[in-house]
Amino acid sequence: MENAPSVALESLDTLWFQVAGTRCNLECAHCFISCSPHNDSYGFLTLDVVRERLDESVKWGVRDYYFTGGEPFLNRDIVPILELTLQYGPATVLTNATVLKSEWVERLRRAEEATQYCLEFRVSIDGPSPETNDPVRGEGTFVRAMKGVELLVDHGFLPIITMTRVWEEENDHEVLGQFRNVLREHGYTRPRLKVLPRLKIGAESCRTEGYGQFERVTPELLDGFDTGQLVCSHSRVITDRGVAVCPILLDEPSAIMGQSLGDANRAFPLAHGACYTCYQYGAICTNPSSKPVEA
Amino acid sequence: MKLAFFGGIYNNYLALEAAVYDAQRRGAERLYCLGDLGAFGPHPDRVFPLLYQYDIQCVQGNYDHSIGNDLHDCQCGYTDPRDNWFAQISYDYTYANTSPANREWMCQLPKEIRFEVDGIRFLLCHGSPRQTNEFLWESTTSTHFIERLADQCEADLVLGTHSGIHWQRRLSGDRRFINVGVLGRPENDGRTNVWYTLVDTSRAGQSRAEQGAGLANVGVEFVGLEYDHDRLAREMRDEKLPEEFVETVLSGWWTTCLEVLPGKERRVGRF
Repeated sequence: MENAPSVALESLDTLWFQVAGTRCNLECAHCFISCSPHNDSYGFLTLDVVRERLDESVKWGVRDYYFTGGEPFLNRDIVPILELTLQYGPATVLTNATVLKSEWVERLRRAEEATQYCLEFRVSIDGPSPETNDPVRGEGTFVRAMKGVELLVDHGFLPIITMTRVWEEENDHEVLGQFRNVLREHGYTRPRLKVLPRLKIGAESCRTEGYGQFERVTPELLDGFDTGQLVCSHSRVITDRGVAVCPILLDEPSAIMGQSLGDANRAFPLAHGACYTCYQYGAICTNPSSKPVEA
Repeated sequence: MKLAFFGGIYNNYLALEAAVYDAQRRGAERLYCLGDLGAFGPHPDRVFPLLYQYDIQCVQGNYDHSIGNDLHDCQCGYTDPRDNWFAQISYDYTYANTSPANREWMCQLPKEIRFEVDGIRFLLCHGSPRQTNEFLWESTTSTHFIERLADQCEADLVLGTHSGIHWQRRLSGDRRFINVGVLGRPENDGRTNVWYTLVDTSRAGQSRAEQGAGLANVGVEFVGLEYDHDRLAREMRDEKLPEEFVETVLSGWWTTCLEVLPGKERRVGRF
C-alpha cells in the first residue's frame, strides 16, 4: 500500500514466542495464520532457542513473555520452556486447552508458586456453547476445551477465556453473560473473559470475507492516535525463521524483520488490513490492559 | 531523613488524616502523595484541606488528570463492562462533589516529582515513570523491565502507586522500585487496614560519592494503617455510594475493578 504510515518499536515490552510454529491439533475456520496439523510454514522452537532469546531479552528490559502457535502444548518442551521463562519474568500461554495433561498443569502450578511471577493461561473458546464454538473450532472441541478449563481451575489457575467475536458485536453483552453462567456451572466461579475481533486474513478470509481496499491505516488516522495501542509498537515475535513484527502478520513476507532483536528494532509500515483491526480495537493481543492516559 | 509516601487516597480523608498523624508520630519530616486523590469514597473536598494543612506534595494521578481537565472518565482503562459501570459511578460522584477550585488545583499537579535526599535520587510517579496509568503489578513486571525504567529516569528509588497493592523490587546497585500501596481502600486480603510507606535515608551517605554504600542502608517500611473504616462505610452509605464499595471497606475484599488484576494477585482475593 502506498503512503502507509510506519510505527517504530517504541519499547520492547512484550516478547512473543511462536513456540509451536503453525502446527495445531485443530484447524479453526477463522485462524488468521491457518494453523493445522499439516501447516509447517513455521516450526517448533526448542528449549535451547527459547533460553538464548530469553537471555537476549534481558538487556532489552522486556517486561513479559507470551507463548503461542499453533497449539503450544504440542511442543514437547513447552512445560520446561514455561518453567524456564518464569525465572525471567511473567509468562502467558495461549492454548486451546484440548490437549492439556494433569501432570503438566500440576508442574506448571508448582513452577508459578516457586516464583514471584504470574503464569497466565489464555484459553480459546468461541462462545458459550458447542453451537457457537464447534462450527468454527471443530466438532467436539467445546466439550474438550471446557474439560481443559476445569483442569486449570482445579489446579488454582484463573484462565482468561478468549473468544473471537464470531457473533455480531451488539450481542457481546448477552454472549458474555451466557458464558459466565456456563463457566460457573463448570466450577469456574469468577471467570475472566476477553473478546477478540475477527482478523480477516488466513482461514478467516475464506470463512467470511477479507479486508476491503479502504480498510487500511492512513497517516490521517494516526493523527492524535496513541500508537502504544498497536502491538508492533511494543512487541516482537521469536519464530524459527527469525524475529517477526507481530503474531498476526506471520504469513506476510515482510513480517520477518531479521534474526536478532536488534535487526527487528526498526519501524514497520502499517500496510495491511489486519493493521486496521489492530488500530480499531487496540491492545488486541495482550491480556486485559489499560489504555494510555494521554500523549 | 524520614519521608512518608501515600498512594491513592480515593476520597478516604479519614485514612489520610490517620496516616498523617501516624507518619508524624514515627518521625516523618516530609509527606508526599502519589496521586489519585478522588474515587471510591465519600466527600472528595474533605481531602484537600489536609493536603494543604500538612504541606503534602502531590503527583498527579490519572484520576486527578481527568477531574482536573473535566474529562468524562477516570482513564483507568478498564475493559470489563461491570468494572466500567462501577468506575463511572465513582467518577461521576467525585467530579460532582469536587469544587472548581480544587479541580483547578489538581489540573496543575506535576506528573512526577524528583528530589535528592542524603545522596539518594528519588523519583515519584503515579503508575510508572513513563506512563501515569500504567499498572506495575508485582507478578507481571520483570526485574529487568524495572531496571530499564530506573536507568531511563536516572533514579535510585522509584516510587509509584496506582495498582492498589504495595510491593517492592530490589534492583542492581541497591536501587529499588517501591509501590507504596494506597490509603483509599484495603488490599484485597480480607483485612480492613490500608497501607502507606516510610523511607528512612538517615543511614545513607551524604553525597553522591557515598551513594553506593548509602543506598544499601536506605530503610523501607510498609505501614499497615488502621483507621475508622466503620465511619467511612457509614458516610459512604449516607452518600448512597454502591454497597459493593462499602463491602470492600468493611471486609477488605475487592468487589469491583477486578479485571485488571493478574491471576496471581486475584487468586488471593475472594472475588
